[in-house]
Amino acid sequence: MTDTPILELRHVSKSYGSVRALTDVSFQAFAGQIIGLVGDNGAGKSSMIKTISGVYTPDEGEILVDGTPRHWKSPHDAIEAGIETLYQDSGLAPDLTIGSNIFLGRELRRRNVLGRLGFLDQRSMETQAMEELEKVGISIGAAKRTVSELSGGQRQAVAIGRAAMWAKHVIILDEPTNHLGARQSIEVLKVMKAARDRGLCVLFISHTLPHVLEVTDRIIVLRLGRIVRDAPTSEFTVESLLGTITGLNQ
Amino acid sequence: MTTDTISDTPSTTSWLDALRKLLRQDSGLIPVLVALVLLVVYFEIRSSVFLQAANIANLFTQAAVYVLLAMAETWLLLLGEIDLSLGWASTGAGMLAGIYTNVQYGWPWPVAFLLGIVAAVIVAAVSGFLTVKFKVASFIVTLGMQLIVQGLVIYELDKVFQGGGVPVQNAVLRNLIAGDLTPTWSWIFVIAVVVGLSALAFVRRAKRKAAGLTAPALWKLVLRVVVIAAVGLFLGYIFSVNRGSFIAVTGVPFAVPIVFALVGLYSFILGRTKFGRYMYAIGGNAEAARRAGIPVDRYRIYAFMLGGFTAAIAGLMLISQLGGIASSSTDSTIVLYAVAGAVIGGVSLFGGRGRMVGAVLGGVILAVIKNGLTLIQLSGPAQYIVTGVVLIAAVLVDVVGRRSQQLAK
Ligand SMILES: Nc1ncnc2c1ncn2[C@@H]1O[C@H](COP(=O)(O)OP(=O)(O)OP(=O)(O)O)[C@@H](O)[C@H]1O
Ligand SMILES: [Mg+2]
Repeated sequence: MTDTPILELRHVSKSYGSVRALTDVSFQAFAGQIIGLVGDNGAGKSSMIKTISGVYTPDEGEILVDGTPRHWKSPHDAIEAGIETLYQDSGLAPDLTIGSNIFLGRELRRRNVLGRLGFLDQRSMETQAMEELEKVGISIGAAKRTVSELSGGQRQAVAIGRAAMWAKHVIILDEPTNHLGARQSIEVLKVMKAARDRGLCVLFISHTLPHVLEVTDRIIVLRLGRIVRDAPTSEFTVESLLGTITGLNQ
Repeated sequence: MTTDTISDTPSTTSWLDALRKLLRQDSGLIPVLVALVLLVVYFEIRSSVFLQAANIANLFTQAAVYVLLAMAETWLLLLGEIDLSLGWASTGAGMLAGIYTNVQYGWPWPVAFLLGIVAAVIVAAVSGFLTVKFKVASFIVTLGMQLIVQGLVIYELDKVFQGGGVPVQNAVLRNLIAGDLTPTWSWIFVIAVVVGLSALAFVRRAKRKAAGLTAPALWKLVLRVVVIAAVGLFLGYIFSVNRGSFIAVTGVPFAVPIVFALVGLYSFILGRTKFGRYMYAIGGNAEAARRAGIPVDRYRIYAFMLGGFTAAIAGLMLISQLGGIASSSTDSTIVLYAVAGAVIGGVSLFGGRGRMVGAVLGGVILAVIKNGLTLIQLSGPAQYIVTGVVLIAAVLVDVVGRRSQQLAK
């Protein structure tokens, strides 16, 4: 763990018109950490990660990556900075193949004259997609099937794989165990641990508190758009966490 | 997420599922091909003239305009957008090319053609910009744009050359439709297309196999090559037969290789380049595309411009085919044929799904309906009704195919 946080939010606020989603949110996240982000429905978890990933721009406050203030103009900027995100809503292009989705936005061109004419290297992308997905713990049959032909859980697996494969500094997973069965959920936890061991910072959003307690190093609790608790996981039990989320503990 | 997570799990196989699977094979080209064959067989039975050389050549030149318009609209439909001004933009482009190649102006034809093309691209770019910038439905923006362009075109047509419209006087413009490749070049063209397509399919398959990836079954490939070769040889033969009545006319009309070149180029862009991949990504899920870092708005405007460009080429074919344009010979409904052709060809109205080849087949179906019904003396009203029925059938196919996808979006 280095001293400079890989990701830091300073006094970030965000409103949708008259709806205030985030109020004065500040925290620091370090490399090699899994941070749990919990809170009731509508607490502002997704809003927070979407401001981190450049889908929204914060109304106030700053985002710092590796100590440098950054202003995302689009999600592209955040991706460039090494921050990958699995969104709770829409993440994949349904009519493209698994391989194309994995490489969406970073297509490989052929390394010859044809490549300069714009030809994509379809075969390399497909083989690499399969290899890389396996490396992060996800095996798929053929990368050539379109995402629309996959089940909800399979889509989720592809989206997680894409985020895990490309993340350089931070990987954000917004309810990654959605649509997944018990066994596959355990696999996702393994993917997260592997990412942490690679030195990434993992932000894990979930309503499944036992999972959060099992895998995280630190937990941040959001309530009505504010951080109400930020402490090492060892200080929580399911009961105390539940109490903090609902506000009954105060 | 072990190996079996994304493996083929046998799903419930009701007949509806089986049907859906069939409809989605080859990006939905199967139903279009079946429809085309049925129409051709029907018209050949009803009228022995249908498959004769003169009529086939005629059919191809008629189809050129429909096919190009359907291809133009496909760029928009792939993104879930629509451009209703393409019909008039196309007429306008043809008109400009006609006016400035006219002896009175006598511009070199490339300059006059370019003027028409640039005008159509600018109109489309403006529609695209307004759609993207102000987040309005392209349907409304381009409806307005259509009326504006229509007004300008009719004003111009009623004004130039003492209001008599624009006759085609330039040989190149006339020959787009009326000119033919020599028989030798026709055969070279046909054989090059057949051999090229077959070789490409086999090489691609071999390379995929070598890389250890899934590849299409060999019999499917052989079947496809046999069909392409049969159609190619048949057309090659048709075009080598004299179809003129006084002077001998043989060979493939110039319009055909032009359309082929454009289809090849567009298919390549859509299937093999980043640009094409982004088109499908944006059409399927624009927000996901944006979050993957794709500059979605810019690509939307590009799609509008490509639509405008293709419509302009259609306009050149249109004026060439009509021999000139007057305000009385303009037609507001051609844009509807553009949409119909694309949708009949399996291009989804919901965006994200469809191929240029589909638009070509859709355009050919429109031309076959028009041509065939005229041969069996059922033009006009019957043409509208039959086209309408085919269009609705195509939309139903699209919806049935799409429904199975929506379950877990
Ligand atoms: N696009 C939007 N437009 C307007 N309001 C929004 C939008 N997205 C979220 N909100 C509002 O912002 C608040 C926070 O929502 P957010 O999605 O961040 O909650 P969440 O903690 O992720 O909840 P969940 O657990 O249900 O996913 C809610 O009151 C919600 O209604
Ligand atoms: Mg959420």
